Amino acid sequence: MKAAAFAYARATSVVNALELLAAHGDKAKILSGGQSLMPAMNLRLISPDILVDIGGLAELRGITVSAGVLIVGALTRHVDLLKSPEIALHAPLLRNAVTHVAHPAIRNRGTIGGSLAHADPASELPACVVALDAMIVVRGSSGERRIGATEFFKGIYETALSPDELLVAIEMPVAGKSSTFFFQEYARRHGDYAVVGLAARAVVAAGRFTDLRLGFFAVGDRPLLAAAAGRLINASVTSALLSEAATALADELDPQEDQQATAAMRRHLATVLLRRCVAALLARPELEAGVTK
Amino acid sequence: MTVTRAPAETLSVLDRPNSYIGKTVPRPNLDRLLQGRGQYVSDLELPRMAHVVFLRSPYAHARIVAIDADAARRMSGVIAIVTGCELEGVIAPWVGVLSHLKGLKSAPQHAIAVDRACWQGEAVAAIVATSRAAAEDAMEHVAVEYEELEAVTDMRTALDPATPVIHAALGDNLAFERILDAGDVDHALSDSEVVEAEFVFGRHTGVTLEPRAVVADWNAAEARLTIYQGTQAPHMVQNIAALHLGLREAQVRVVCKDVGGSFGIKVHIYADEMATYALSKLLRRPIKFVADRVESFNTDIHARDHRCRGRIGVRPDGTITAFEIDDLTGIGPYSMYPRTSAIEANQVVNLVGGPYATANYRARARVVFQNKNVMCQYRAVGHPIACSVTEGLVDLAAAKIGMDPVEIRRRNLIGDDAYPCASPSGMKFEQLSHHASLAKLLQMMDYDALRAQQAGLRARNIHRGIGIASFIEVTNPSAAFYGVGGAKISSQDGVAVRLDAQGSVICQTSITEQGQGSESLTAQIVGSVLGVSMDRVRVILGDTDNTPYGGGTWASRGAGIGGEAALQAAKALRQNILDVAAAILQSTPAGLDIVNDSIVNVDDGGTPRIELSELARIVYFRPDTLPPGVQPELMATRHFVPRQFPFAFTNGVQASWLEVDIETGFVTLLKHWVVEDCGTIINPQLVDEQIRGGVVQGLGAALFEKCIYDERGQLTNANMADYLVPMSGEMPDIEVGHVVSPAQESELGAKGAGEAGTAGAAAAVANAVNDALRPLGATITEIPLTPQVILTALGRI
Ligand SMILES: Cc1cc2nc3c(=O)[nH]c(=O)nc-3n(C[C@H](O)[C@H](O)[C@H](O)COP(=O)(O)OP(=O)(O)OC[C@H]3O[C@@H](n4cnc5c(N)ncnc54)[C@H](O)[C@@H]3O)c2cc1C
Repeated sequence: MKAAAFAYARATSVVNALELLAAHGDKAKILSGGQSLMPAMNLRLISPDILVDIGGLAELRGITVSAGVLIVGALTRHVDLLKSPEIALHAPLLRNAVTHVAHPAIRNRGTIGGSLAHADPASELPACVVALDAMIVVRGSSGERRIGATEFFKGIYETALSPDELLVAIEMPVAGKSSTFFFQEYARRHGDYAVVGLAARAVVAAGRFTDLRLGFFAVGDRPLLAAAAGRLINASVTSALLSEAATALADELDPQEDQQATAAMRRHLATVLLRRCVAALLARPELEAGVTK
Repeated sequence: MTVTRAPAETLSVLDRPNSYIGKTVPRPNLDRLLQGRGQYVSDLELPRMAHVVFLRSPYAHARIVAIDADAARRMSGVIAIVTGCELEGVIAPWVGVLSHLKGLKSAPQHAIAVDRACWQGEAVAAIVATSRAAAEDAMEHVAVEYEELEAVTDMRTALDPATPVIHAALGDNLAFERILDAGDVDHALSDSEVVEAEFVFGRHTGVTLEPRAVVADWNAAEARLTIYQGTQAPHMVQNIAALHLGLREAQVRVVCKDVGGSFGIKVHIYADEMATYALSKLLRRPIKFVADRVESFNTDIHARDHRCRGRIGVRPDGTITAFEIDDLTGIGPYSMYPRTSAIEANQVVNLVGGPYATANYRARARVVFQNKNVMCQYRAVGHPIACSVTEGLVDLAAAKIGMDPVEIRRRNLIGDDAYPCASPSGMKFEQLSHHASLAKLLQMMDYDALRAQQAGLRARNIHRGIGIASFIEVTNPSAAFYGVGGAKISSQDGVAVRLDAQGSVICQTSITEQGQGSESLTAQIVGSVLGVSMDRVRVILGDTDNTPYGGGTWASRGAGIGGEAALQAAKALRQNILDVAAAILQSTPAGLDIVNDSIVNVDDGGTPRIELSELARIVYFRPDTLPPGVQPELMATRHFVPRQFPFAFTNGVQASWLEVDIETGFVTLLKHWVVEDCGTIINPQLVDEQIRGGVVQGLGAALFEKCIYDERGQLTNANMADYLVPMSGEMPDIEVGHVVSPAQESELGAKGAGEAGTAGAAAAVANAVNDALRPLGATITEIPLTPQVILTALGRI
């Protein structure tokens, strides 16, 4: 379990990193926290010729708020999301989610940019940025572009990034006073990737959803913004309506089967999460009880 | 603590002033380990040392047509690439059988596969290079041509005529079969309610923190092989290595310093370790092999993987009338060497029904070959299966007649006053304490209050369960375990104790340390018996050149056997010291004692007479001042082996309190209790941590751990992300209580405690899950109890 030999370059600036990427094409890999990349290399699942270490680039770090937009640098570590007052205030969903990401030692190194670029469909943060309607800021030799989170994830470990591009930041609207959030996942052990999970953002007024974004994860090849949520917006949520939404959700999902769960189990768990989420956000426990068949 | 035997009239050698026995004292090795000064084989570097990696078969069953290593041989850093054919001339193959397991058969196994690979992960070539990374680079360039053969993977069809026979010379895939019929089962069942179930156990493995590691160093000038290995049994390794390399045992030294966990994983001889010894001899230089995590999953022995059909007969008054089992297990393509892979099934037959007074018992166990990794003894061999089957059946019987699970146990557990007695399978019990243990458990968990709480929560759609599991545990095995079957695995242990020139004590013991505290308990016993403070006692273990001959640490034997040898050696040394002291002080040995590192008077309240350091100075440097004819012997050696009982059985009972989320199938463990009886407790903390660690491994089996093979014999979760070891986040608080029935056969009275936790934990959890699900009409007799299994049983998916 030793990585094959590789060259190593420590980028001195974003421009320098992009030059290195341009020079080496898909033979290069960016190294951020290394918490997904290094295990894969040690297992020889991938053997890049060169690692471009961006760990020293201060310009990719930091959490700022400007003009109602929360900007999180790509190199922001999981532990920073957990401890940042800005995140707690403006994107509490990320904070809740990060407590479920791996373990402290990994959270001390892993970065949000790495997590999004890695695009594991069972990962928490991709679903959060989908639920939060974030923009992913990427830079390449031809300049910068912004990609909507729902457009960014393309499949298992696949994103809209091209090999010569760098994910530099994530931008999301700050949480308004009326926003509420829900995060829950089912994992076999604390810190494991989820069997099924849900990151949600909602606006509730007078007992109704005026907005509801449900970002499911581990239910398909990428995080899924559930269309079924639409049935619950601006409607009086009854047990029957919730059942309809659950059925619609199950139809919408195309989950994988793996060692933890069959596709049927994932569909089932997603509907349980939907009910628990709606019951929690509307503070109506009786809706959850409807789960029992 | 409940003591079942009245204290003796006079103070025993253990109850001396300042005794360390029964006290929690820090382990002498802690500082060394915590400061990173442990000596693990994984860290060992020797001059000219090379590293070996093994190219392993990607197929479960394949003929090796050709191996082309030319390109790899030319790569930088590569020293040699060796195939099974080449190594065959250096190290002889072996067959893992024991004569007392009648009918057990296996095929010759080679250090590296010759012609045919029989499981995914069997080594087919060794790549030796200057570093592990260089060897792995070269490995990618060794081309092996395989012809894939049909793999036998399902134990249920392994004996079908249509299934290919893995080793043609054996005639069939049946490795071992045992049948037992005691009492009159048919008659007993004919007038009872009969409940039946099939219990299914996942395959799992030990997952040691430090993987298997060996450095073999053949010194051609001395014609001697030094093996540095993380093992539980150095003398066994010495014997086997010598035997198969054509050496005398005196030509092999085994050194085993610190070991990063073993749990039975490191009590066997693995083919890749044999290959490493042989490569060192062949290449005449030190060779290091450290299994990486993927290799560990594919080659460390697996265990359990049983399907056991069980029946129980019960009368309306709760009397259990009979147990019957039909057990099937698949062990991989070879019976493991030298302890064999029939032991686990054999133990299941020995142990089912063991805590109960029922005389009627019928059992069949069949052990079959498969093309999967080898299976063998892992912590609590056979116990979790026997306990889960027995206790699962008892709970089913209780449910059938509408009796409380505690009440049915009260009515059937062997009475605490019924000993000595024997089980229907012939196991002899000296003194057990099932009822005292159960009573203590119920009190610790406040059983009635818990039942009331459970009922209250049920009304709120919260489903909690209580599970109870009584168990017996085999510890302190005599020669009956392996020796009688012809294995050169010693059941006796030896300890040598000597007083050095400044009055400190050096103690060499043949038991080994893998984290359970062997060093500590040895020092505690020696210090207590001698009257010497523990910081003056240095314990040396794990070196066949420098310790007495003995079995090592496995089968919960270290404290009971090695501890008794330490006690007897210390007693002998104490007598020798008092003889010299009497001569120096013109007193009598009976009039003197050793307390706090000094010789003291016995009868005047312990007036100090002379320090041990002064006595040692006189003995070693001024013997001329001793009276004529006095020849001091400040070193004593004693050995011990149990003779009266084949095993010192222990017993105990566990309980689990948990919650099942019936919508998601997830189980939350809320609390776990254990009461166990390991006889004399030398160090309460060590015992409690053995119990807790054992429980955690049992909980892993209950909920998480499983080696998942596909139908082609591929292990599909051979990594730490997909093979779920239990982690602290999911573990409940584990409360441990004790009942003490000291073993009569030894002065120390200690029995083993290393496997009790593992023996009953899964059974308690399974019973608790079924208790939670009972009102929903679901019963599950399969572990691990995954959310998928539970949701399926509930009809949710
Ligand atoms: C034991 C363990 C458990 C874990 N459990 C979880 C879990 O429960 N949930 C979870 O979400 N994650 C989990 N992880 C993964 C962890 O969150 C990683 O930190 C994260 O997935 C990757 O972040 P990183 O900074 O470590 O990226 P790296 O490992 O450095 O990189 C990952 C990939 O992204 C690319 N990349 C990195 N940064 C950029 C960038 N700025 N622009 C473009 N490409 C980039 C790399 O080239 C590489 O392909 C776990 C990891 C471990 C080891």
